[in-house]
Amino acid sequence: MEFKDYYKVMGVARDATETQIKQAYRKLARKYHPDVSKEKDAEAHFKEVGEAYEVLKSPEKRAAYDQLGQGRSAGEDFRPPPDWGSGFQFSGTGSRDSSYSDFFESLFGAQGRAGTAGRHGARHPGRGEDHHARVLLDLDATLLGGPRQLTLRIPEIDSDGRLVTKERVLNVQVPKGILAGQNIRLAGQGARLPGEGTPGDLFIEVEFQPHPLYRIDGRDLYLDLPIAPWEAALGAMVKTPTPTGAVELKIPAGSRAGGKLRLKGRGVPASPPGDFYVIVQVALPAADDDKAKAAYAAMAAALPFNPRANLGV
Amino acid sequence: MSASNQQALHGAIFEESVMLTIEDLSRMCAVDERHIVEFVHEGVLNVVESTSTEWRFSGAALRRTRLALRLERDLELNLAGVALAIELMEELERLRRKLQATL
Repeated sequence: MEFKDYYKVMGVARDATETQIKQAYRKLARKYHPDVSKEKDAEAHFKEVGEAYEVLKSPEKRAAYDQLGQGRSAGEDFRPPPDWGSGFQFSGTGSRDSSYSDFFESLFGAQGRAGTAGRHGARHPGRGEDHHARVLLDLDATLLGGPRQLTLRIPEIDSDGRLVTKERVLNVQVPKGILAGQNIRLAGQGARLPGEGTPGDLFIEVEFQPHPLYRIDGRDLYLDLPIAPWEAALGAMVKTPTPTGAVELKIPAGSRAGGKLRLKGRGVPASPPGDFYVIVQVALPAADDDKAKAAYAAMAAALPFNPRANLGV
Repeated sequence: MSASNQQALHGAIFEESVMLTIEDLSRMCAVDERHIVEFVHEGVLNVVESTSTEWRFSGAALRRTRLALRLERDLELNLAGVALAIELMEELERLRRKLQATL
């Protein structure tokens, strides 16, 4: 396994004070916290920073790590020495619930890990913990409903008391009309306790992938609809896709680019359902042959039109 | 571990199918009820129904409580900091969605 340079991860000197380490952690945690950050790989970074802080904030773990780390650099192949850990006592005091790297586990093991195993459960013996997962769904899943195969990564405590992440594949019926940020609750699909007892529930929080046609804002949907200049000017009935199938949409005469048409209740089929907004885009035909050029020239000759009239020029 | 031949599991939309009591929130988030009360007083959580004996929260309070707890723990924020952070995060999220949808 690879040696991890926790000082480098935190961006502090090897002789940094506790205060400096705490400051560095807070700054990095704010930068990479998965709830806050839009950085790429924020979650992985946050985990790494949390692990480094877990070691460096504890005088015992830091002392042990320093002794071990002398003369080593990050990425170097590493095995803990056989007599490792003697003379140091590690106790978990935090309450993180992400899993640690193999490097951390080999050094500080399950007892060094800030445990979550006893945090739940103790209050409610006889019921397994609830599990929470987040998935990215296609927009059609909520527009039409239907089964989806979901791959979840669920943290679990294994038989050695280590926190591991397990992959779980489930076939789930997505409730029609679910909104981003809402949860599907699957009763009894959470953690099971050995022996008797009620299993916990599984909560799946959904987010949506970008859709090729529609954009989503809460329960409302938006579509850019290109129309011809004469359709905008004269009005027309045009065919428009909607989540429930194509409809004939009336474009009012005198429509402008950017104009918004609302189809009430044709957004996400939640309760109450959202609306479907069509944003009109005026597309210009290319003037790439004589006929088209003649048509534009005729229009120029026929219309006293100055689009820059209100610019004062 | 193929699930394709399994029957699909059915679940309800949690936020729309439940009202939560303070005991529910406390159990589901593994925190003390007093902590939930503090969240309410700070405006992090809204009580949607209040009788003489009990508070009721919407299902969305679960996500908010979990978020508030993560912020407290991971960023070492105090209650007022959590409340402010959540308000700003929600405003940012709302604006991002609006921007993305209408642009």
